[in-house]
Amino acid sequence: MNLDFPRLRLLSSSMYYLVMIVLAIPFLFPTLWMLTASLKSDQEIFQNPLALIPQSISWDNFTRIFHDYPFAAQYVNSVYIAVVVTALTLIIGALAGYGFARLNFPGKDLMFILCLSAMMLPSEALSIPQFALFKFLGINNTHLPIILLQIFGGTGALAVFMMRQHFLTLPRELDEAALMDGLDRWGIFWRIMLPLARPVLVAVGIFAFLNSWNDYFNPLVYLNSSEQYTLPLGLQTFTDPLGGVFWNLTLAASTLSTLPLLLAFLVAQKQFVQSMVGSSVKG
Amino acid sequence: MTTKTPPVPRSQSRPRKGGWESQWVGLLFVLPFMLGLTVFFIGPILAVPIMSLFEWVLPRLPEWTGLGNYTRMTTDREVTHSVWITVLFVVMLVPTNIILALGLALLLNIKTRAAGFFRMALFSPVVVPLVAWALVWRFVLQPDFGLVNVLLGKLGIQGPNWLYEAPWALIAVVICLVIEHVGMNMLIFLGALQNVPAEVHEAAKIDGANSRQIFFKVTLPLMSPTVFLTVIVTIIGALKSFAPIYVLTGGNDAASVLMVQMWKQGFKYFDFGYASALSWLIFLAMLTLTFLQWQLRKRWVFYES
Repeated sequence: MNLDFPRLRLLSSSMYYLVMIVLAIPFLFPTLWMLTASLKSDQEIFQNPLALIPQSISWDNFTRIFHDYPFAAQYVNSVYIAVVVTALTLIIGALAGYGFARLNFPGKDLMFILCLSAMMLPSEALSIPQFALFKFLGINNTHLPIILLQIFGGTGALAVFMMRQHFLTLPRELDEAALMDGLDRWGIFWRIMLPLARPVLVAVGIFAFLNSWNDYFNPLVYLNSSEQYTLPLGLQTFTDPLGGVFWNLTLAASTLSTLPLLLAFLVAQKQFVQSMVGSSVKG
Repeated sequence: MTTKTPPVPRSQSRPRKGGWESQWVGLLFVLPFMLGLTVFFIGPILAVPIMSLFEWVLPRLPEWTGLGNYTRMTTDREVTHSVWITVLFVVMLVPTNIILALGLALLLNIKTRAAGFFRMALFSPVVVPLVAWALVWRFVLQPDFGLVNVLLGKLGIQGPNWLYEAPWALIAVVICLVIEHVGMNMLIFLGALQNVPAEVHEAAKIDGANSRQIFFKVTLPLMSPTVFLTVIVTIIGALKSFAPIYVLTGGNDAASVLMVQMWKQGFKYFDFGYASALSWLIFLAMLTLTFLQWQLRKRWVFYES
């Protein structure tokens, strides 16, 4: 559908394109510039910061971050944590979402309200008691707090909520027919509901992965050796002993932390956008 | 084919709740999540107000201080400054984000051949990892060799030390964050915009309404439930921003919002009781703002019924 605003219509189409291109610059420029500046040599990056295209392309930065720094280990940490978080969030969230949408049990309403509150309140503001708890459990300085806090914090609660909303939209007759056919609740969930929930599972998966990939606060609180770091912390370790930043290395590492997501986004743009927006609007 | 006796309606053959199936089955489904939520979320929520009543600086043991941490706050220049910075931050960020998102959604709603490209371009920062995005901005805003100041230098202007001087630091943080996140709200508004039925606009036009009247009297009211939710979510997001501010400014005073202040007290000075009191302040701010919005919503949110 096309909105009919006469004044906007007056803008000739070339004017419209001009406006849109100018508007898009601040959105695209930082990313583009990061990609190209990561190919600049030590000298060039300071001498000519305005140049979008490097004079000579140097892949050196990329080999150096793997050679001289534990960047590979940090990359692996980020990937495995994000994968574990995503998988567990999907399973636990789908189970709870199905329970809240389809079954009755004592205390259901209260539990759901608690779940909603976890979605709204910032888990970062709970970090003091959480830190004390993990210290008591003796798992500070491991990846465990980071994983657990993602699964059972705001992201997990959002997953439960999204799954519940989805299961509510499926017809009741499905469950009933399956019950007649002799499936138990677990069978209904596993064989009928989960396959039908694929679009939401994708949306929840994208959310969980991105949130884990972006998590900065918890690694900052719980990790203290650079081999344990995840990418958001690792990106800030390319410094000389005086604290001066090696910007070309930092930008090369930033590029490598961005590229997989950006490529995935370009390939599956529609899916990405639909899942993110669809899930947030449904309410 | 002649119809025989109608089949028994489903509802009559449905087993009664709690009949053959235990009413506890549902509990098993939600149990894994609820257990984790209780231990890692609800427990800490209950612990925060209690911990805030103790003076607890690691490695010493906690000591009862009653409201001591709260009275300390009122005279702590650093904290009152943070409250002020947080208010400024929210007041700058939220309207900028919402108005820009609305404007961009209106522009993208005009169907052109490149609409898909522009939508993707404006949304793409959402996909870039927050810290990578913030680091690029930190480099671009460096005082001596940063892109912005080099450019300003060519025009003969001596640029400020963007990330360390008030008020530039806060402005820089807001701009960086709005560009990173506005794509999300833009798409949500675009969806809402496209749900406004065309007939409504036609009718308004026939009645002689101009474009501005159509937008403010018809389109916006129809979108108001979406705008309302988005405003609340954006306010909460603003109050909990930490990573980009910390990466950009290193937590210096020029942009030390409450979240940064809480981190400093808790994990730099290990002043756990005081940091808990600050957490509580952040919660209260959120609840108050959400509640206020909820009350005000009757004034401007329009529900079709």
